[in-house]
Amino acid sequence: MEPADRLLEVTGLSVEFAVRGATVRAVNDLTYHLGEGETVAILGESGSGKSVAAQAVMGILDTPPARVTAGSVRLRGAELLGLPERRRREFRGDRIAMVFQDALTALNPVFTVGDQICEMFQVHRGMRRRAARAEAAALMERVRIPSAARRLSDHPHQFSGGMRQRIMIAMALALEPDVLIADEPTTALDVTVQAQIMRLLASLRDELRMGLVLITHDLGVVAGVADRIVVMYAGSVAEQAPARALYTRPAHPYTAGLLASVPRLDRPAGPLTPIKGAPPDPAALPPGCPFHPRCPRAEAVCAAERPPLVTVAPGHAAACHFAVEQHGAREVRDGQ
Amino acid sequence: MRRYTLRRLLQAVPVFLGTTLLIYLMVFALPGDPINALAGDKPVPESVVAALRARYHLDDPLLVQYGKYMIGLLHGDLGENYDGQRVADMLAGRWGVTLRLAVTAWAFELVFGIALGVWAGLRRGRLADTLVLGGTTLLIAVPVFVLGYGAQLLFGVRWPVFPSAGTDEGWPVGYLLPAMVLGSLGLSYVARLTRTGLAENLRADYVRTARAKGLSRARVVGRHTLRNSLIPVVTYLGVDLGALMGGAIVTEGIFNLPGIGQQVFQSIQLKEGPVVVGAVTLLVLIFLVVNLAVDLLYGLLDPRIRYE
Amino acid sequence: MSAPDPGVAAVVAEAAGPVTGRAASLWGDAWQDLRRRRLFWACTAELTLVTVMAAFPRLFTSRGANEGCDPNLAKLGPSGAHWFGTDVAGCDYFAHVVHGARPTLLIGIAVTAFATLIAVVLGTLSGYYGGLLDTVVARLTDVFFGLPFVLGATVILVAFPGHGVGAMTLVLVLLGWTTMIRIMRGQVIAVRSADYVQAARLLGASDARIMRRHILPNAIAPVIVVATLSVGNVISGEATLDFLGVGLQYPQVSWGLQLNQAQSYVVDHPHLLLFPAVFLSATVLALLLLGDAVRDALDPKLR
Repeated sequence: MEPADRLLEVTGLSVEFAVRGATVRAVNDLTYHLGEGETVAILGESGSGKSVAAQAVMGILDTPPARVTAGSVRLRGAELLGLPERRRREFRGDRIAMVFQDALTALNPVFTVGDQICEMFQVHRGMRRRAARAEAAALMERVRIPSAARRLSDHPHQFSGGMRQRIMIAMALALEPDVLIADEPTTALDVTVQAQIMRLLASLRDELRMGLVLITHDLGVVAGVADRIVVMYAGSVAEQAPARALYTRPAHPYTAGLLASVPRLDRPAGPLTPIKGAPPDPAALPPGCPFHPRCPRAEAVCAAERPPLVTVAPGHAAACHFAVEQHGAREVRDGQ
Repeated sequence: MRRYTLRRLLQAVPVFLGTTLLIYLMVFALPGDPINALAGDKPVPESVVAALRARYHLDDPLLVQYGKYMIGLLHGDLGENYDGQRVADMLAGRWGVTLRLAVTAWAFELVFGIALGVWAGLRRGRLADTLVLGGTTLLIAVPVFVLGYGAQLLFGVRWPVFPSAGTDEGWPVGYLLPAMVLGSLGLSYVARLTRTGLAENLRADYVRTARAKGLSRARVVGRHTLRNSLIPVVTYLGVDLGALMGGAIVTEGIFNLPGIGQQVFQSIQLKEGPVVVGAVTLLVLIFLVVNLAVDLLYGLLDPRIRYE
Repeated sequence: MSAPDPGVAAVVAEAAGPVTGRAASLWGDAWQDLRRRRLFWACTAELTLVTVMAAFPRLFTSRGANEGCDPNLAKLGPSGAHWFGTDVAGCDYFAHVVHGARPTLLIGIAVTAFATLIAVVLGTLSGYYGGLLDTVVARLTDVFFGLPFVLGATVILVAFPGHGVGAMTLVLVLLGWTTMIRIMRGQVIAVRSADYVQAARLLGASDARIMRRHILPNAIAPVIVVATLSVGNVISGEATLDFLGVGLQYPQVSWGLQLNQAQSYVVDHPHLLLFPAVFLSATVLALLLLGDAVRDALDPKLR
C-alpha cells in the first residue's frame, strides 16, 4: 500500500512527561499505519505507553505535564501534530474518535445518554435538539440497544456494563469517523459480553470502512480481529508484524513470553509459563534493552546496548539483538 | 423521585421532634428552677414567677409540657418576655432586615466563592491557587466577630467606604459590609469546595471523553466539569442559607442592624432569657426547614442519589 | 491474563502483612512528610508558645489575672510599662492575654477529646455491629446534627447562668460529637468488610480483639484529622459565645471575654481588639493548618 492511500500514519511518535523535575519518556519512536477497514492492535502491559500513544494521536494529552517531542501523525496525508488547538479540535470526534476502557466513568454521570450523544451532532454539525435526538436514537439502535428511543433519557448508571460500552461506541461513531481508537474497550466487561462488543466493533468497522486501532493488554481480544499487531514494552516497540506471523513466529522473546503465558487452542495443552519479574518503572529504565532483566535469552550485550528494530520478514520487525535467530528458531520448531 | 422525596420528608420528622425536645429539655426540664435561670441574677417578683410557671406549663408532667410547648410553637407562639410582651411580636418587624442580610451574604459567597474557586481550580498548584487557599484559610481562622470589628474599623471608620453601622442607607449600601463579613466564612468554604472539586473532576475520565469528542475548553469546563463539581457546593450553599440566618446574631449586633439577630444580641446583654430562647429556637427551626428544602432539591440536581 | 500484573503482587503482600505494621508505616510516612514542611513547624511553634502560656503563665508575667489594676490608667495604648496597653478597668492587657490562653485552650482540647472519645467508641460499635444500635445512634446523630453549634450553645447556656469552664465543655461536647461519629462509622463499615478483618474473624478472633487490633488502627486516621481541625473550630466557637456574653463570665479571663469587654471601645482604642484577636486568630489558624498538613501527609492523593 502506498503512503498516500494510508488512512492513518503515525511515524516516530515520542512523548515525554515532566514529573517532579525529571522527564519520563512514555512513548519512544512509535511507528504504525492503518488503511480503511483495517485493524491494528497495540498490545502491551499497563505502563507500556500504549494509552499515552493513543491519547497523543487524539491530541487529548494534558500538556503539561506531557509533551510530544517528535514524530508525525497524518490522517489521509494531513499532518495533525502542530495544528493549533482550534483546528485540531475539528478532527476530534469527527474524523478520529475514541472509545475508553470503563464506560461507567468515561460517560458523564449527570447527563442523560441522549444528551451526551446529541452533543456530537449539536457541536460538530450545528443540529437542532430534535433532529439530534432522532439521530441519537438511530445510533443506539445501530449498536443494538433494545428500545433505544425510550432509553435516550436514561442516565449512564441505569445501564449494564455492556450496554454502557455500546453507548460509548455509539457516541464515538456518531459522526462516522475515519479512524476509531478503542482503548481497552472490553477490559471492564464480562467475558461473554467482551465477545459481543468485539463482534460489534468488527462489524461496524466493516460497515463504515473505518480504520480501527485496538489498544489492549489481552492477546485473546486481539486474535481474529487484528490485521497487524504492534507489541509495546516500556514505551518502545518490541515487535510489529502481521497478526498471523506474530502468533506463529514471534521474533522477540517478550512476544514469545506473552504467547506462552496464555492458553492456546492451536497447540497441545501444556503448562503455561508466565514471564518472570514485573514491568520496569518508566522513570528508571534498565540500561540497554529494557526487557533484558526479565528475558530468558539475555546476554551481556543486552545490558549494554539498546537493540534497534530489525526487519526479519516483510512487514515484520523486532527490537532484539537476536531477532533473526529467534524468528528462524520458531520456523524450525514450527516445522517439526 | 417521589419515593426519595417521601423518604426525606419522613426522615425529617424525628429530627424536628428530637431537636425541639432537646432544646426544651435543656432549657426547661433540667434540675433547678428554669424561671430563675432564665432571669439570671435579676430579681423577679413572685407574681411574675407564678405567671411564668403557668405560661410554660411547668406544673404539668414533662411530656405534656413538651406537647403543649410544641403546639404553641406550631401556632407561632415563641413565649413571652418578663414584661408580658410576646416574643413573636418583638420579632415581627425584624424579619426583613435579617432576610435581606442573609440573602445578600448568600449571594456574595455564591458569586465570589464560585468565581474564586474556578479561578484557583483551573490553576491548581500555581500562584492563584496558593493565594486563594491561603486567603480562605485565613478567613476561616479569624472568628467572625473579630472580622466584623476589623472591617467596621477599617472600612467604616478609618476609610469610610461603607456606612459603619445601621441601615439608614437602606439596601444594598447599608448591607454590603455586614453581608461580606457574614458571608466570608461561607465564601471560603465555597471557594475551596469549588476549587478542589474542579481540580479533581478535570482529571476524571468523562472529562477526557468530552475532550475526545472535540468539544471546546469552555464547554468541557463549563458544561461537563463544573456541573459535577458544583454538587457539593450547592449542598453547602443550601445548608449555609439556614446557617446565615442564625449566624446573623454576631453581625447584626456589631453593625447594629435591627434584625432578629440584633434582638438576640441585645436580649443576651439585657438578660432577657425567654426572648433569647424563643428567637433562637425559631432560628434553629428555620435552619432545619431550609436544610430539608435543600435535601429535596439535591435529588433534582444529582440523578444518581434518587436511586440509592 | 497475558502478563503478570505488578499491582497484584503488591496487593497480596499488603493484605498478608501485619495490620499494626501497616498502620505504623502510615503514620511513619506521614511523619517523614510532615517534618520536611516549614508550615508544619511554624504551626507547632505557635501552638507550643500558647500551650506554655496556658500551663505556666507566670513565665511570661508576674501579675495574676485581674491583679494590680488601676482604674486611673484605663484604656492606655501599648507602652514600655504595659506592652499591650491596659484594658477598660486599667489592668495590664499583656497579663490578660497570657492568662486568657488557659481557658481557651483547655476548652478547645477538652471538648475535642471528649467528643472524639464518644465518636470513636459509639462509631466503632455501631459501625461494627450495625442493626438496632446503629439505627438508634444514627437517629440520635441526626437530631444533634440539626442543632447549629453557636445557636444551640446559646439557647442552652442562657438557661445555665453562672457556668464555668466545666459546664461550657459539657455543652460544647454535646453539640460537637456528631461530625466525627459520622466519619468514624463510615470508616468502620468500610474496614469491616476488608479481607484481613474477614481473615481474623475466620481465625476465631473475638469481636473486641478485631475492633481493637484490626479495625481501630485502620479506621482512625480521618477522625484524627477532623479532631485536629475541630480544636480550632471549638476555640473559635467558644470565643464567639464569650463575645456574645453567653460563655464565660467575669471574673474569668479568656480571649473571647476580653473581646466582649472591649466591644464598645474598639473604635477609639483599637489595641483592645487587636491583641486578643491576633492571639485567638493565630491559634485557630495554626490548628487548621496543622490539620490540613496532617491530612495531606496521611493521604497524598488529596494534595
